[in-house]
Amino acid sequence: MRESRAGTARWLRIHMTLLYAFLYLPLVVLVVLSFNDAQRAVVSWRGFTTRWYGAVFENPELLGALGTTMVIAAMATTISVALGTLLALGLERHTRSSVLDSAVYFPLLVPDIVLGIALLSFYSLIRLPLGAGSIVLAHSVWGIAFAAAIVRTRLRGFDRSIEEASLDLGVREVPTFFRITLPVILPGIVSAALVVFTLSVDEFVIAYFTAGRTVTFPIQVYSMIRFGVTPEINAVATLLLGFSMVLIVVALLVNRGRTTSDPRPPEGATG
Amino acid sequence: MDRTEPSADGGARRGLAHWRGSRLTLAPAFVWWAVFLVTPIVLILVSSFFRRGPFGGVVYELTLANFVRAFDPLYLGVLWYSVQIAFITTVICFLIGFPAAYFIATRPNPRVRAALLVLVVLPFLTNFLIRTYAWIVLLNREGVVNQSLRGMGLIDAPLSLLYNDFAVVMGLVYGYLPLMILPLYAALERLHPEIREAALDLGARPLRILRTVTLPLVLPGIVAGCVFVFVPSLGNFPVPQLLGGGRRIMVGNLINQQFLEGRDWPFGSALALMLMSVLMILLVVQSRVLRHSREIQLDA
Repeated sequence: MRESRAGTARWLRIHMTLLYAFLYLPLVVLVVLSFNDAQRAVVSWRGFTTRWYGAVFENPELLGALGTTMVIAAMATTISVALGTLLALGLERHTRSSVLDSAVYFPLLVPDIVLGIALLSFYSLIRLPLGAGSIVLAHSVWGIAFAAAIVRTRLRGFDRSIEEASLDLGVREVPTFFRITLPVILPGIVSAALVVFTLSVDEFVIAYFTAGRTVTFPIQVYSMIRFGVTPEINAVATLLLGFSMVLIVVALLVNRGRTTSDPRPPEGATG
Repeated sequence: MDRTEPSADGGARRGLAHWRGSRLTLAPAFVWWAVFLVTPIVLILVSSFFRRGPFGGVVYELTLANFVRAFDPLYLGVLWYSVQIAFITTVICFLIGFPAAYFIATRPNPRVRAALLVLVVLPFLTNFLIRTYAWIVLLNREGVVNQSLRGMGLIDAPLSLLYNDFAVVMGLVYGYLPLMILPLYAALERLHPEIREAALDLGARPLRILRTVTLPLVLPGIVAGCVFVFVPSLGNFPVPQLLGGGRRIMVGNLINQQFLEGRDWPFGSALALMLMSVLMILLVVQSRVLRHSREIQLDA
């Protein structure tokens, strides 16, 4: 019995090693090749160069697409976090309705391609011009759902008596919300914003259908990949990897604050 | 937001929960979804019963032709091929994901568990297209895999690894594997080790414990993981386009063609509805399985 257990453990360790190799080797290859001084993205090493990064930063189409994507993501995040936070408050405090509870997940269940073509049809029916604006409206559809789900987890551990104390002391509801409730759920709102922003920056399919002539960063990357394998894409990939890693570390730090800090507002917040 | 009238009772139980206006906080999100989610989906439902116009667009003339066409063996074949690819992807994700989730969930140190899990999720948070592109770099004729195999003297001529079903499944597994591991991990972590130890003490062999104790108890996690992988795989179109070379198309490519190339929106809408109905059937099966497993657990 013990022998077979040890055998299973060894087998599992080999499995995990292979799994992490499978997950990371493709990305490592991209990073290494982005510094390869060869015209094509082949494996043979021709010396170290950073010229592909120079090419990325001198590619106006790519930079323009990046700028467009950042603006779209910022706007979609703002709408999603505002409406999602309100929704989370409403759901957590005023509903016992399981129908409403599950309705919130519906936007996440609709396949992206279906949402993309449905919105394209809708926009063309109401003659809404396609572009950055129409992508923002589309991204907010699932952004609100994500934001609401994340903020809700934060609201669940909320000590309601501090709100009641504020109200009993004669502070009205709206100031109470901004001085008590908001500071307490702020970490949840920040993580929601980070998640929605990251997802919006990465989102390709829905943007592809609702963009019209606007080119977002993923759309630009898609056409670059279809056009051909060049070391420039490797450099873009490496930069994106770095960007994602930084966002993840920030999100983890925010999360750590959530689990260790006291779930009460900071001193000055009660004013 | 001027709805700040003090509540009439004025007792200690009042709070923001009794603020009458605050129920309205639900409204903006649901109005948003009514306009930008429900209306568009109803719209494609309706337009799938209309005809395409001569220059694209929709002619408002009722017809079942789009659905008749969608059931043509040619298009039904595309749907069946997509279901097969998505199914194989799901099975492979499960076979890779279950032992991994099991290993992570059974680490005694919570910090180790968290670290191993973050390492699984980390690659997932980089752009999906970039992760797909990585496989072009690996699998193409002059790619890393072919060059390495030649360097080791294992092959003489490069293998055709790209632009086939293998590459498509590979790309999808790589894209969605964490979506399998996370729910499996969540289910396995909740499983008390005592249950397995009890079975072990009663003389059950490890494989039997896995089959009769562990698997039934984590069934909801397995079902969730399978749905999370199957759904995005089924409707995917960038992966078959980039890694399949567009030779054999999946239903996502077909819908894409109807909307952006063929300009037959009513037919594209009908295809999208068929995709949705496959997923609906799947969700019904899922809820059945979950109810069944809950009953088993209550009986136990």
